Amino acid sequence: MTAQPAATPLHLAVALDGAGWHPAAWREPRARPAELFTGRYWTDVIAEAERGLLDFVTIEDGFSLQSAHAERVAGRLDAVLIAARVAPLTRHIGLIPTVVVTHTEPFHISKAIATLDYASSGRAGVRVRVSASPREAALFGRRTFPALNLADRDDPAVRQLVAGLFDEAADFVEVIRRLWDSWDDDAEIRDAATGRFIDRDKLHYIDFSGDYFSVKGPSITPRPPQGQPIVSALGHATVPYQLIARAADVGFVTPIDAGHARQIVAEIDDARGAAEPVRIFADLVVFLGHSEAAAAERKARLDELAGYEYTSDATVFTGTPAQLADLLTEWRRAGLSGFRLRPGAIPDDLEAITRDLVPELQRRGAFRTAYEADTLRGLLGLSRPASRYAYLGSN
Amino acid sequence: MTKQVHLAAHFPGVNNTTVWSDPRSGSHIDFDSFAHLAKTAERAKFDFLFLAEGLRLREQHGQIYDLDVVGRPDTFTVLAALAAVTDRLGLAGTINSTFNEPYEVARQFASLDHLSGGRAAWNVVTSWDAFTGENFRRGGYLPQDARYERARTFLQTTWELYDSWHGDEIIADKESGVFLANNQAGRFEHRDGHFDIGGQFNVPRSPQGRPVVFQAGDSEEGREFAASSADAIFSRYGTLTEGQAFYADVKGRLARYGRTPDQLLILPAATYVLGDTDADAAELARVVRRQQVSGQTAIAFLEQLWNRDLSGYDPDGPLPDVDPELGEHTIARGRASVRMYRDPLATAAQWRAKAEAEKLSIRDLIIEVTGRQNFIGSPATVAAAINDLVQADASDGFILVPHITPGGLDEFADTVVPLLQERGVFRTEYEGSTLRDHLGLAPLPTDAAPASARVAS
Repeated sequence: MTAQPAATPLHLAVALDGAGWHPAAWREPRARPAELFTGRYWTDVIAEAERGLLDFVTIEDGFSLQSAHAERVAGRLDAVLIAARVAPLTRHIGLIPTVVVTHTEPFHISKAIATLDYASSGRAGVRVRVSASPREAALFGRRTFPALNLADRDDPAVRQLVAGLFDEAADFVEVIRRLWDSWDDDAEIRDAATGRFIDRDKLHYIDFSGDYFSVKGPSITPRPPQGQPIVSALGHATVPYQLIARAADVGFVTPIDAGHARQIVAEIDDARGAAEPVRIFADLVVFLGHSEAAAAERKARLDELAGYEYTSDATVFTGTPAQLADLLTEWRRAGLSGFRLRPGAIPDDLEAITRDLVPELQRRGAFRTAYEADTLRGLLGLSRPASRYAYLGSN
Repeated sequence: MTKQVHLAAHFPGVNNTTVWSDPRSGSHIDFDSFAHLAKTAERAKFDFLFLAEGLRLREQHGQIYDLDVVGRPDTFTVLAALAAVTDRLGLAGTINSTFNEPYEVARQFASLDHLSGGRAAWNVVTSWDAFTGENFRRGGYLPQDARYERARTFLQTTWELYDSWHGDEIIADKESGVFLANNQAGRFEHRDGHFDIGGQFNVPRSPQGRPVVFQAGDSEEGREFAASSADAIFSRYGTLTEGQAFYADVKGRLARYGRTPDQLLILPAATYVLGDTDADAAELARVVRRQQVSGQTAIAFLEQLWNRDLSGYDPDGPLPDVDPELGEHTIARGRASVRMYRDPLATAAQWRAKAEAEKLSIRDLIIEVTGRQNFIGSPATVAAAINDLVQADASDGFILVPHITPGGLDEFADTVVPLLQERGVFRTEYEGSTLRDHLGLAPLPTDAAPASARVAS
C-alpha cells in the first residue's frame, strides 16, 4: 500500500525475553546465549532499543523454570533488577519489567517500581501478570491452584479461578498506585525552625482493605518522579481486557488482523468509560529479512533447529521492514496507539527494528526522529498527575 | 601478623545520626546520592556499601515521626542500579525475612549477584511486629523465640535454592543445540513447619554461589545464628573493651560449627568527625551533636524512655520530675531503640543524677547519653584509632556511617584511607572481583556441599 504520513506518530516498543522469542533464537550465529545472565548483555540490548528511539522495552519474567528441554534457554533473572541494572546507563527509553502479582507483596512492588523511577529519572513502568500455575504456586507454598486446562475458558472452574486472580490483580494495582500517591510531592520540608524534616500532614495512610489483602501505608518511598509510573498488562480475552480498562495506562493485545484490533480497542474503550484512554499496543512476533524470502528462510531455519513450527499467542510476522511498516500503518488505523514487537531473535530482529524499520517509519512521518520527552509518561503523551491525596490535609 | 582492616560505607539512615539541616545535606532519595556514596567508597577501595531497611514509617504519639530523615528506596532496586555505576564494590542490603518468601528472596539475591558480577550481600533480619505487618499480606506476629528459628530456616532454604544449581549445567552449545546439560537443574524440595515448597529454581548459579550473609542481632540467639550461618556481623560494639568482649565471644562460638575465626568478620558500625587537628575535630563534633539533637529531638528521645507525652517540657530546662510510665510501650512504634531501655526507672534515675551533677538541660543530657561519634580527630588520629582497634581484636574493621548525604565520606576517603594504606593495613587496589574476595572468604565450592552441613550443631 502507499505510504501516507500518519496524523500522529505511532508508538513502538520491544518485548525482551532471553535470546529472543523463538526457542532456537539462542543458536543464531550472533546470539550470546552464554551471557544471558549478565548485566552487560541486557545493557547492550536495551541500549540498541534506545538507539532506535523506541518508547520502551518490556522484560519478561516468571518464577518457574521455563522448561526442562535441553535445547531451550532455561533460567531468568529478576526483571525489576535487570531494569534497575540498565537504568543508570540509558537516558530516554522506558523500562517496564514484568511482575507476577499473584505471589508478591504490593508494598514491595510499589517501592521497587518507585525506586526504578528514581534510578531512571522518570522512565519506569510495570507490567502486571497473574499466575494460575500450580507449579509456580508450589514454589511459594502459600496457596494451591487446581490443575486445570487454563485454555478452556468455558470451564466454570477456570473462569472462577481466572476471575479471582484478575480481581486480585486489580486490587494489587490499586494498592501500588495509592502507595505512589501516599506522599505529596512537597512533603519534604526540612524546616529547621520546627525541627521537622517532613510535613506529616502530607503523608497519607492508604488504608486499603480488600478480599485478598490489606495494606496500611504510607509507602516508605517518596512519590516517584513520574508521580504514577506506567502500569501495563497483556490481555487476550474479556477478563484481562477489563483489568486493562480499569487499572492500566498501557494494554498489550494480540489481534489477528486490523478488524480484530478494532474490536478489541472498542471493547477496552467501552469498559474504560470517560477516563484518559488506555494506550493499546498490538503485540507481534517479528522475523525480519532484506527480502520476504530471506525472512521466511530465517524463520524456517529456526523452526528446523527447534524441531517444530513456532507459533505464538501473538500474530507472527515474517517479511521485510518495509512490509512490516505497511502492516503497522494499516493496523494503526484500528485505533491502536502502537505496537510491542517481540523480536524472534536477538540481536538480528532487534537491529532490524531499530536500524531498518524505524528509519522506514520515519521516512513515512510515522515515528519520532528524536526523543521528545524525558519521562515515559511524556513519551506516551501522558501528563504528570496530581496525587489523589494532595490537598486533603491531615492524614 | 598485622591484620588487614576492612572498611565499608553505610548509606546515612533514617535516624538522627543523619544531619539534614546542614547546607551540604543533599537528597536521601535521588539515585545520584547513592551513586555518589558508592563511587566514593569504591574509589577508597572499600569492601562494600550497605543499605538498611525499615518497612513501615516510624511513629510517635500515633503520628508519623517527622524529626529525622524520612523515606528511602527499595533496597534490591537501588543495589542493582548501583551495580551499573561501580565495578568492584560489594553491594549489601538488609532484607527482612519476615515479609518475604525464600523463593523470591533467593531469586532476587541470585539475580543481584549475577548482575553485579558477584558482589551481593544480605543482612538477614527478622521482625514479627504486627505494626509493620499491617503493610503486608503476610502480616502477622511471631513470638521472639520462634523468630530466629524461622529466620534460620528461611536462610537455610535460600541456600538449598542457590545450591540447586552447581554451575556446570548451562552449556549453550550452538552446534549441538544443547543449552541445558541437566534437565533436573534447580530441583529442590523443602518441607518443614515453616516452608513447604518444591520445584525448580529458575536462576542459574551466580558468581559467588550464594550472597555473603550478614547478621546484626545481638541476642544470644542472634550470636549463635551468626556463628552458625553468617559471613560477617554488623555489630554495635565499637569501643575497645566492649568490642574485644564481643569479638572473643562470637569468634569463640565458631569451632562448634566447624568454622575458623577468619570465616566470620566482626564489623561494628562507626561514626566519625574529622578535623585538621584533634581540637578542631572535637569542636566540630560538638557542633554536629547539636545538629543531630535538636530541642524537639531531645524531647522525643526522652519520651521514648519515659513512655509519656513530654511535649510541654522545655528542652533547655531540667529533666521531668515524673517517672517513666511502665508497661506496654505506647509512645513510639517501629523503632528498635525503645527495646534497649530494659529498666526505664533505673535509667531515668541515672539520667537525672547526671543532669543534676553536671547541670545539664534535657537537650544537653540527650547529647551526652546518646550517639557520641566513635572516631573524632585528625586523619592521623582516626587512622591510628581504627588500626589499633583492629589489631587489638576489638573488630575486623568498621562500617562507617557518614552524617552528611551524599558527600560525608569524601573527606574520609581522601585523608584517612591513604594513611591506613601507608601503614600497610588497607588495600591500595582490589585484588579480587567478588565481595567474598574482598572479605578474605574462600570461594564456595562450585559443587557446594549440602547446605545442612554448615548448620549442624
